[in-house]
Amino acid sequence: MSELPDGVERRQFDGESRLATRGEPVYGEPADGEWRAWDARRSKLGAMLETGMETGLVGGGTVLYLGAAAGTTVSHVADFAGPTYAVEFAPRPTRDLLDAAEPRDRLFPLLKDARKPETYAHVVEPVDVIVQDVATRGQAKVANANAQFLDGEGRLLAAIKARSEDVVADPSEVFERELATLRDSYEVLETRRLEPFHDSHLGVVARPR
Amino acid sequence: MTEETDAWFAGVDVGDTDAASERVRTGSAARPTEWPTLAVEQGVATDEEAYYDRLHEVTMAATETAVREGERAGDRQLIHAVRGMDDCDRTANELAERVQEWAGSLFPDAGTGIEGARDIAERDPTDPTERRVVALADRVAGLADEAEDLREYIQQTAPSVAPNLARLAGPVLAARLIALAGGLESLAKKPAGTIQVLGAEDALFAHLRGRAPSPKHGVIFTHEYVRGTRQADRGSAARALSGKLAIAARGDHYRGEFNPEIETQLEDRMATIRARAEEETDE
Repeated sequence: MSELPDGVERRQFDGESRLATRGEPVYGEPADGEWRAWDARRSKLGAMLETGMETGLVGGGTVLYLGAAAGTTVSHVADFAGPTYAVEFAPRPTRDLLDAAEPRDRLFPLLKDARKPETYAHVVEPVDVIVQDVATRGQAKVANANAQFLDGEGRLLAAIKARSEDVVADPSEVFERELATLRDSYEVLETRRLEPFHDSHLGVVARPR
Repeated sequence: MTEETDAWFAGVDVGDTDAASERVRTGSAARPTEWPTLAVEQGVATDEEAYYDRLHEVTMAATETAVREGERAGDRQLIHAVRGMDDCDRTANELAERVQEWAGSLFPDAGTGIEGARDIAERDPTDPTERRVVALADRVAGLADEAEDLREYIQQTAPSVAPNLARLAGPVLAARLIALAGGLESLAKKPAGTIQVLGAEDALFAHLRGRAPSPKHGVIFTHEYVRGTRQADRGSAARALSGKLAIAARGDHYRGEFNPEIETQLEDRMATIRARAEEETDE
């Protein structure tokens, strides 16, 4: 089992041991003092930590989060990481992301299209970690386009959703195809299916080539 | 160094939140740079902590504005565009009839409709009367072109305003449904049965007054799934389609995320409905 990053701990909630970070509650998750539970069923990154993937996260580093949606996961990331840039494309969930970012002064929300990195490269600095959870077709391409943000020793932590690429194809075939594309810009270090937390999702840890 | 002009804080007073947030929203750079270091070097911020504090305020302001514009502009602009497109089409056709009538008396080979008008618009008039007809025909061609441009605009923007609805209904029908409902939010709040008959209000009210059978479909008739299904099964097809359109509209408004499963489920359902016709021919 890999080590959890600083700022993430296993704690007891209702007699159950769960991941937790310290920060303002965001989505009605159970809290214990300043610690709040990180629901692996609602967060692919949470599931990657829960299944023991070597994420290389240490806490305190800079993060670019692609596909922040309503801010569920990125709020936990901002709790233990350093400056965190949250990119989301759809206006409606971004409204909720703003609520999560309000009390977190090192979380920077951006309404931008992750497929067009030039539209936020004037704001986002090179980072230690890219977390990617975009539910659009061409997920590996998005990761490749954003590789320029990653420091040489940085890590890409991506959750690839098979259904976003092709609903009828066998997920393993979809994953192979996406991983092949990903290898244009990255060296893939580890992959793991995120069941039972997320169906037909592949967790990927990679570093830039 | 181009970085110095690309930075979001370049050339603006970072204390001016409006100007700085405008730069965050509309600026761009070819590649990222250590912006915090650069900002401190240039004296934009006293140290990195101060830089990040300022960046938080500015990105919050920029994103609030962008969300407000994105949410409001999206469906409102789409409604105007689809109505404008229909107005242009209707007016172009009406004027084309006028051109046809008039041109027929001057050019024996004058064609009909928009294409006929386009043909007239290309001609060299030889007298003042012909000049007027050709000029009128030119207006028809211009209106038809504008309708085409508006259609293209709708095809480009509908998928970002309502990704699920645009995928299921096609961009233009998606825009029509939003326009008929008065906005994406109101469409998302309508039950499937209402979406099924949007655009068939006359028939619906005639039915409610007891003078007519209930309409099976409104504007969704233009969808291949309804129009391409045999008469006897059109009611079922319209019901299946409108059910998924309602789910799509809710997904678009409340989540704003594309969900390909809605389409798969609808494809399955449509296959079942259309199989009925095949079974009956087999018998």
